[in-house]
Amino acid sequence: MRSIFSLIGKTILITGASSGIGKAVAQQCAAAGAICIITARNQSRLKHTLDSLEGEGHQMVVADLADLSSIERLSSELPKLNGVVCCAGVVEIKMLKFSEDDDLQQLFNTNAFSVIRLVRILVQQKRLHKESSIVIISSISGVKCGYLGGSIYGATKGALEGFIKATALELAPQKIRVNTIAPGMIETPLINDSIIDADQLEADKLRYPMKRYGLPEEVGYAVVYLLSDASCWITGISLLLDGGYTLN
Amino acid sequence: MDIKKFIEDFADQFDETELDEFKPETNYREDLDEWSSLIGLAILNMIDKKYGVKLTATDIKDTITIEDVFNLVVSKK
Repeated sequence: MRSIFSLIGKTILITGASSGIGKAVAQQCAAAGAICIITARNQSRLKHTLDSLEGEGHQMVVADLADLSSIERLSSELPKLNGVVCCAGVVEIKMLKFSEDDDLQQLFNTNAFSVIRLVRILVQQKRLHKESSIVIISSISGVKCGYLGGSIYGATKGALEGFIKATALELAPQKIRVNTIAPGMIETPLINDSIIDADQLEADKLRYPMKRYGLPEEVGYAVVYLLSDASCWITGISLLLDGGYTLN
Repeated sequence: MDIKKFIEDFADQFDETELDEFKPETNYREDLDEWSSLIGLAILNMIDKKYGVKLTATDIKDTITIEDVFNLVVSKK
C-alpha cells in the first residue's frame, strides 16, 4: 500500500544540498521516493550528496543562488517540479554594534533574497506543478527568540516568515502550498569551529528540554511531511521543530 | 601593534569599568566585575573588525590576561 506520506512520483528541488540540513533533507526526500534535483555552490561536496541518495534519476546543478543570473539559469534548466526546499543559508554571530552594511547585504542575500528570488522565478517561469509544496528552512531565531550576536541573522529568518504569508495566499488558487520549518539548533558543520566553544555548546544543549540539539535528518522528516500529500491542507504555517526549547 | 591602543579597544567594550582598571596584566575574567559572556563576544567581534583576526572561543580559552589576548592577536595577524 502506498503511504500518503510517500514522495514517489514527485520531483523536488533542494537548495543548499552539499552539507548539513540540505544534504539530510535530500537524503530523506530520496528515501521517501522523490526524484531530487540538488543544488549548491560546491561541486565536489554536492557530488557527495548526489552519490548518497537512494534510488535513481537524481540530478545535481552547481549554482550560487546569491547571484540572480544563476537563479535564472538554474530555473531554466529545471524540469517541472512538485516541490522546492530552500535550505541554503549562513549563520553569523556578530553583535549589532559591530555589524556593517556588508554583513546586512551578504546575510540578506544568502538567507532571504535568494529564497524570495528563487520562488519568484519558479512561479514566473511556471516551473511548479499544481499542488506543489514549497518548504523554506527558517529558524527559531528571529521568529520565536534570538541569540546574542544574531540580530541580522534573525532579521533574515523573520523576513522569510513574512514572505510566506502573502505568497501562500497568492499561490493557493493553484493549490501550491508554502510553509516554513523553524528549527532550533541543529548539529551541523556550521556550528563547529566558531566563536562558541565546545563547553558552551554542551551547556546550551542542556537548555533544550530534550537535552540535545536536533539532527539534520530530523529536519528532513518534517520536510518530507510538508512535501507529501499528507499535509495537503497546510499552507502558510511555520512548523516549530525545537525539542521544546521555546517552551521555557 | 600597540598594546596601549589594544587595551583601549578592549576597555571600550565595557560600559562601567574605568580605563585605568585595564592593565596588560589584568586577569580580565576574574579582576573585572563587569565581565560577562556578552562582553566576551563583543571583544571577539571587535578584534575581528579592528584587527582583522577571527578568533574562535577555543583560541581565547587559554588566555588569562589582556596581554595574553594581545599576544594571541599579534600571533595570528
